[in-house]
Amino acid sequence: MNSARYKIFPLGDNALTIEFGSEISPALNDRAVNLAQYLENNPFPGLIETVPAYSSLTVFYDVRAVRRAYPENPTAFEAVKNLLEKAHAAFEIRKTENSRLVRVPVDFSPDCAPDLVWLANRCGLTAETVVEIFTARRYRVYMLGFMPGFAYMGEVDERLATPRKSTPRLRVPKGSVGIAGSQTGIYPFDSPGGWQIIGKTGFELFTPRAANPCALAAGDEVEFYQANE
Amino acid sequence: MSILLVKPGILTTVQDTGRNGFRRFGINQNGAMDRAAARLINSLLGNDETAPVLEMHFPAPEILFEEPVRFALGGADFAAELDGAKLDNWKIFRAEKNSVLKFARKSFGSRAYLAVKGGLRVGRWLGSASTNLKAKIGGFEGRKLQTGDRIHFESDVPDGEPKFGRRVSNSLIPFYAGFPRVRVVAGAEFELLTAESRRVFTYENFTITPDSDRMGFRLAGTALSLLENNPMLSSAVSYGTIQLLPGGQMIVLMADHQTTGGYPRIANVATVDLPLLAQLGGLDKVSFHRISSAEAESLSLKFERDLNFLKIAAAFP
Repeated sequence: MNSARYKIFPLGDNALTIEFGSEISPALNDRAVNLAQYLENNPFPGLIETVPAYSSLTVFYDVRAVRRAYPENPTAFEAVKNLLEKAHAAFEIRKTENSRLVRVPVDFSPDCAPDLVWLANRCGLTAETVVEIFTARRYRVYMLGFMPGFAYMGEVDERLATPRKSTPRLRVPKGSVGIAGSQTGIYPFDSPGGWQIIGKTGFELFTPRAANPCALAAGDEVEFYQANE
Repeated sequence: MSILLVKPGILTTVQDTGRNGFRRFGINQNGAMDRAAARLINSLLGNDETAPVLEMHFPAPEILFEEPVRFALGGADFAAELDGAKLDNWKIFRAEKNSVLKFARKSFGSRAYLAVKGGLRVGRWLGSASTNLKAKIGGFEGRKLQTGDRIHFESDVPDGEPKFGRRVSNSLIPFYAGFPRVRVVAGAEFELLTAESRRVFTYENFTITPDSDRMGFRLAGTALSLLENNPMLSSAVSYGTIQLLPGGQMIVLMADHQTTGGYPRIANVATVDLPLLAQLGGLDKVSFHRISSAEAESLSLKFERDLNFLKIAAAFP
């Protein structure tokens, strides 16, 4: 029985969010990802989709279909809220199932890493040490957002944590690997952006024509390694 | 059979009711800003309500019908003319071969829709014909339309069919207004607003800034403030989510919004009033009226019921 605490609130009139806490932690993210997985395996009538985030899960639904399936509830919001409360109570908090380990090759050479030397200087390190520290650990995909296929990953070693640029670049090339605070991410295609760019990968994050267009999903683990190794 | 863009208009895209099921991957819905207009004219024509339509801004396109077809316009009123004859919104018309549709001026609203009988024939990406301008995919080659673009449709116009047909009942058309009072449901952080800020939100007017677009409408007005400024983690947001930006101004997320956001969620526009907002543009004014999520649900259910009557009526000749 799972009695961990949470908050549920409406996101307009056709969605609600269940919030498990307010910090970045794998344990809270596990709850969001697991509940999303549970709903995918046990969809209720009217479920449109779920969106896991750092420590929350948002559920979009069709008001008509929910009302028809659960007429004893005064509103669709109440019906879905009850469903979520029951689902949440029913399963144990555990580590995310089916999470994949994805290895991503990164080119850290100066052409591909416009902010690497600047970031190294700011952190009082050499570029080589930054790369060493950055590639030494596994990162968790907490959520996708910002643009198709963009994964928010964490946490970056605190020695490398650097705020995003005060003025975003107008064009960050596809495949750029960036740091923003304690998060890291990869630009799936050319886009404006403010993350500190320390490398570039040829790994395809977004393949529009594929049945599953995005390579990463919340709950996955990512390892970066030097491409020329 | 096809339509040809003689002039492209400033921002003409193919849209439908939006792309569901991929928000968890950062792929948002896109879709018509004024969903009600697109659904109403599709239903009027007997199309599936999710059939692809053109969304047009002003200056609007000039469109050549290369074959006869029945069509309808809805949403904004751009003073449409077919070979010089004025056309009403929300009504079925028949276009002859080589007739030209033009828009004379912006009479009301910001986004007009064109649906043809049978729907525009555009490939679907992840189940939807909506254009994702950021990822450059979906709709017509993932971009806004250009001069010379040709979009196909399949539709038969029987000989001897009248020049115009039925129209959408007035009671179904959204209560568009130049300065609407938009109904909203309180968001997760609404109660964190100071009492004074809650008063401002409820009673004052806000002006939409000129840089507003399909991604979001920035609002200018008295700055709002929160009782506590706790750092927030990003979570999913929705079409109509009103966020409080650093500095105290608000932004309303529109059809091309990002799937997640990390600013305080003050409120969400009731689905039934999104069309009112969608018809506004830079320098237009808006005010907000809080209702419960239960009330917003009922309003939405009522619209769905009314739309169903239109579909039933359209099924009979």
